[in-house]
Amino acid sequence: MRHLLSTDELNRETAIEILDSASQLSRLNEDTTRKFPTLQGKTVVTLFYEDSTRTRISFELAAKRLSADVINFSAGGSAVNKGENLKDTAQTLEALGADALIVRHSASGASYNLAHNGWTSAAIVNAGDGTNQHPTQALLDALSLRQGFNIDDGKGLDGKKILIVGDILHSRVARSNLALLPTLGAEVEAVGPGSFSPGCKYANLDEALETKPDAVMMLRVQKERMNQPLIPSDKEYSRFWGLTEQRVKKVPNCLILHPGPMNRGLEISTYAAESNNSLVLSQVKNGLAVRMAVLSMILGGKNETI
Amino acid sequence: MRLSSCTLANGEIRDLVIENQIIVGIEPASKNGDLDCSSLRVLPGFVDLHTHLREPGFEQSETVLTGSQAAASGGYTALFAMANTQPVADNAGTVTQVAELGEAAGLVEVRPIGAITKGLEGKQLSAMGSMFNSKAQVRIFSDDGHCVSDAALMKTAMEYLQPLGGVIAQHAQEPTLTLGSQVNEGEISRITGLKGWPSSAEESIILRDALLSEQTGCRLHVCHVTSKLGVELIRWAKQRGFPVTAEVTPHHLVLTELEAKNYDTRFKVNPPLRTQQDTEALVEGLVDGTIDVIGTDHAPHASDAKQQQWDAAAFGMTGLEQAYQVAHKVLVHSGLSDWERLAEAMSSAPALIGGVSNHGRIEVGQEANLAFIDPTKSLRVEGNVYSKSANNPYTGMEFASSVVHTMFRGGFSYKDGEVKK
Amino acid sequence: MKTVLSESDIARTIRRMAHEILERNSGPFLLLGIPTRGVSIAKALAEAIESISADTCEVGQVDVGLFRDDRDTRKAKPIAETVIPGSVDGRTIILVDDVLFSGRTIRAALDALSSFGRPAMVQLAVLVDRGHRELPIRADYVGKNLPTSLSEKVRVKTMADDSEDSVVIE
Repeated sequence: MRHLLSTDELNRETAIEILDSASQLSRLNEDTTRKFPTLQGKTVVTLFYEDSTRTRISFELAAKRLSADVINFSAGGSAVNKGENLKDTAQTLEALGADALIVRHSASGASYNLAHNGWTSAAIVNAGDGTNQHPTQALLDALSLRQGFNIDDGKGLDGKKILIVGDILHSRVARSNLALLPTLGAEVEAVGPGSFSPGCKYANLDEALETKPDAVMMLRVQKERMNQPLIPSDKEYSRFWGLTEQRVKKVPNCLILHPGPMNRGLEISTYAAESNNSLVLSQVKNGLAVRMAVLSMILGGKNETI
Repeated sequence: MRLSSCTLANGEIRDLVIENQIIVGIEPASKNGDLDCSSLRVLPGFVDLHTHLREPGFEQSETVLTGSQAAASGGYTALFAMANTQPVADNAGTVTQVAELGEAAGLVEVRPIGAITKGLEGKQLSAMGSMFNSKAQVRIFSDDGHCVSDAALMKTAMEYLQPLGGVIAQHAQEPTLTLGSQVNEGEISRITGLKGWPSSAEESIILRDALLSEQTGCRLHVCHVTSKLGVELIRWAKQRGFPVTAEVTPHHLVLTELEAKNYDTRFKVNPPLRTQQDTEALVEGLVDGTIDVIGTDHAPHASDAKQQQWDAAAFGMTGLEQAYQVAHKVLVHSGLSDWERLAEAMSSAPALIGGVSNHGRIEVGQEANLAFIDPTKSLRVEGNVYSKSANNPYTGMEFASSVVHTMFRGGFSYKDGEVKK
Repeated sequence: MKTVLSESDIARTIRRMAHEILERNSGPFLLLGIPTRGVSIAKALAEAIESISADTCEVGQVDVGLFRDDRDTRKAKPIAETVIPGSVDGRTIILVDDVLFSGRTIRAALDALSSFGRPAMVQLAVLVDRGHRELPIRADYVGKNLPTSLSEKVRVKTMADDSEDSVVIE
């Protein structure tokens, strides 16, 4: 695997390989924090054009635990977005010896361009591009689900019914999951208000929960990404689509996920976030393991160029 | 000069006699001319109602000279240059400057298009009357690049222009439906995660403007139609006798939205490439005349503007150098239509709309503006030869025939693969 | 392709190695196989040891992929399982692998072990030693010494992974 740009490029075998490696790493890090020499001498650059402390730290830590040298380039805010040419930045970083670029950008396709336009020969890991993809998020979600269902390593999520709830249109997390989870054998349905969840058959979350899903993934209502409000108000959204205490109690065996950060009380209630079925904390933990697995697969061996 | 054995659009083979820039005779075919055209199809020189020459202001992408060279190599003898220059062509001075640059280049007739609104801001009418009367003799007015979205302003512009006899050319795009849009709203926006540009944003403006043109009596020319419904709306308007004409670009005739799936910014264009069904409807509309002309919307951009992530890249594709190739592929090579329709769509119909009566016809007494085609000379597109810019979507494609010479006012602007001067 | 050890040869060799291990180690020890095939060999050794000594023989495995120093010349493989019963501190560990060649796998295994703790002693048992060491590493228990040329490939096949027990040279 030369780059990780999108989950729709992963076949079942590779996806399970990543989950299994992450699972092993997770186990190895259970009792003590371990450092591995796998990426010694490699330089990993986090190139974040969008603000995101948690994802960047997760990647930074993953690279450091594998003994890579890490450089953080954060160009948050509009000042750099227009003025800084992505091609120039990539070429400068390559000249400084970057072996891998972990890229988060507000433009869909930015990672794809970096990987395929010949601007740089570094390996590219997409940490989120516009409203397109966020592959490591989907992988950590899948790992958390696998653990939550007590499914062994080597297996997928066959036969599990998963509901993704919210702003599907603008959510790269949703899109990556919608591509990955079926590859792992799960049945996935995307639901929410018609203005940002196209094709939804249900009028509200209660109706959607009647299908008795095995897990629900609550997406953050992203006010900053919408040009105009696509829903009348927060109150109306949570009334129709929020995972309230009442709704959680209707599906007592259903696992709960949220990519974070949570708008408590809007798309997810505190009750839901802290319930026994909530995988929210393990999602964060698994993020580190998944990113270590991905980096060791991309930089920890000889790779064929695509 | 005698051009012998020219095959004309209607299939007849004739000798053409040119003297002092004029066609003085159309005579029975012989074998003893100054130029033997026996293997060539000779059509009236092409007229492009929609070109961006970028000068003044954006000379890094193209100039009137390089644009004229590109046009001459593509069989064109007249170009209508859009007003979104810097400064905007919204006054007599700028349009005169552009016309004079065209005269100086001397390869095609450059007719500047005047902006409808001052600065293309869509708020206040520009000095359309002054531009009409200027040395540049502006006849077509357009804010292309932008849509005149305010209905009241569009109606006023049409009411103002109607008595003068000009044409309003609209770039149909409802702005509130297309804020930040990047690709067609549909499969491609779903695949790439890029913001969609719904075709209804174009169709709604086409319908509105057609109604306004009927009401005001002002001629409306719909730029770059891109959708099936758009074609149907124009057909409806024409059936009812509304004074509407329409244009399609070469790229919308042969390329679809899926070209963008690898985020290759050569395929980023406004209005966007759409579906296979839309493409088929556009071809059908061109064949049956619902769409009157092919307009290139030649939009050159320097490589910096294109070598960016998709969102930041400029919209536009070049087209002057391959427009004939596409027209031939779609109308003649496909068997869907014939050389006469091609000549009409590329030359006589645009000449009529643009009011350039010295182009578009091969008749005794007409200015000698001709395109010479070798119907068997195939071509594999490697890029642009004369345009300053490289944003060409046809690179790698093969076409069955080529333009080999172009005659402008009785002299060859393009001969045997080389532009003169 | 030439078979150098048949199924019965391997069984005899394992039994002999088990005797040697028991001879040298009067106290307890832990066998750790190196995935993939070192694991089967370790299990086979443990069985043989248990049948001779009538005591249980502890066995586990340790993946060394994350610790290799020759990553740039090998394709990246997924991380295999590491199972270590109890801790490694103060214990006698016997690493088990199928083929000893350059010695880099064992060097990585030593690094992996030291990330888990501080064994009192580390020994090495291999089914085949084919020479061509690039590091100063030697095995304590060798099933078969097999001088080879660099262009040859030595493959150990085990029932668990290849449905047969044999050692072949290609």
